[in-house]
Amino acid sequence: MKRKNDFRARNHPAYWAFLVHRFSGLALALFLPVHFWALGHAIEGAASLNGFIHVTDAPLFKFGEWGLVIFLAAHMAGGVRLLLIEFGTWSGLRKNLIAVTAGCAAVTGLAFALALKF
Amino acid sequence: MSDTIAQARLWYWGRISAMALAFFVLAHLVIIIYAVRGGLTGTEILARTHGNVAFGLFYASFVLASAVHAPLGLARILRETVMGERGANVVAALFAVLVLVLGMRAVYGVVLS
Amino acid sequence: MTTNLQVKVWRGKEEGDFVTYDVPRLESQTVLDVVTHIQRHIDPGLAYRYACRVGMCGSCAMTVNGKARWTCRTHVAKVARDGKLELAPLSNLPVIKDLVTDMTEFFDKWARAKGSFKGEQTRHDEFAMVEPQSTMRLAADAGIECIGCGVCYASCDVVSWRPDYLGPAALNRAWTLVNDVRDVANVERLLAVSGDAGCHACHTQGTCTERCPKHLEPTASISGLKHIAIKALRRTA
Repeated sequence: MKRKNDFRARNHPAYWAFLVHRFSGLALALFLPVHFWALGHAIEGAASLNGFIHVTDAPLFKFGEWGLVIFLAAHMAGGVRLLLIEFGTWSGLRKNLIAVTAGCAAVTGLAFALALKF
Repeated sequence: MSDTIAQARLWYWGRISAMALAFFVLAHLVIIIYAVRGGLTGTEILARTHGNVAFGLFYASFVLASAVHAPLGLARILRETVMGERGANVVAALFAVLVLVLGMRAVYGVVLS
Repeated sequence: MTTNLQVKVWRGKEEGDFVTYDVPRLESQTVLDVVTHIQRHIDPGLAYRYACRVGMCGSCAMTVNGKARWTCRTHVAKVARDGKLELAPLSNLPVIKDLVTDMTEFFDKWARAKGSFKGEQTRHDEFAMVEPQSTMRLAADAGIECIGCGVCYASCDVVSWRPDYLGPAALNRAWTLVNDVRDVANVERLLAVSGDAGCHACHTQGTCTERCPKHLEPTASISGLKHIAIKALRRTA
């Protein structure tokens, strides 16, 4: 059993970006089949879809949706950063784009919350 | 040797699907936020999507890109945590089929049925 | 400033424990000074490595308070909060004894990545002309100063998670050779560094780049390899 690193070695921005990207990706991947199954209710007509959506009007669901929308924005923005690192000319770990990712996620979360209310 | 090439190809398709998804996701986020204003009902969704070919093509492509992208990420997570190479690839492939089938069914549901 | 340091040092092999030593604190002390003090004045049985003690050889690399560093270049004042230090051998490598790791697999992977130059010109040929400001030469120069200390390898989680992953140092070296216009082995080299044992397994966590004591950027080298490899494989496929 070789020694492994703990959080002290991982405590830097590019690693946090990796964690966010992985965690959000996993959450979105697990959500995707559920999302498709939900929309599939449309096959049984509008009433069936309406009924399903009504269930998801509960606050807990709305909170979950809001979280997922934030994950989606974060995963996409973080992903764009990775594409730039891997395919663009090297300009460091692009920590400015980590901040942009956080900003995108925050803005999207805010926009979604406001849209739900108004 | 061919394993290496296969793995490099998977990496490549992961990146290609990522580039496509950047576009799809951006559009989807804008659509969601627009559509969700003041609450959401199934009737509203279907009113906009029913018979809308552009919509159908967009989302069918979105589903395809997702069915490529998500399983690749999942396979990596499985491989690096709890499974070996073979197991991770099998689970990921099954997941890809699940996403593709359910996704296309959903697109059919909101556009054509 | 406290007068004494509380230094926890790993004793044993992979099985073992931390033993705490009391070490007098001095002005401008480095962590290497601390380890040397323990071995010379407290416990001569402590095993550790160093050579140049001036930041040129990389022999003294070990884990200090959870991060891989060169002990000769680490001032105690910078890392010992409340006068406490924790010293352990480098991660991701087998432990021979105490703070000494077995670097065999590190160098084996260097070889597997085709990390050595292969040319075909002889003394009878003209000198190779390498344009120093060309993109390729600049890319090679950016990574060429690696002295194989193992800090990046020890800091990489992908190395921990995938035993066959070649690691940042080997891949960085391969990149410098891929950018060497004189080298003739690049077809095999690109194959050797591709796939999940190679550059395509890198997650751009960037700890290697954060920790490299020579401020090299293995993440850059690996990113470069990723898409060059695809270009080359597309040609062979």
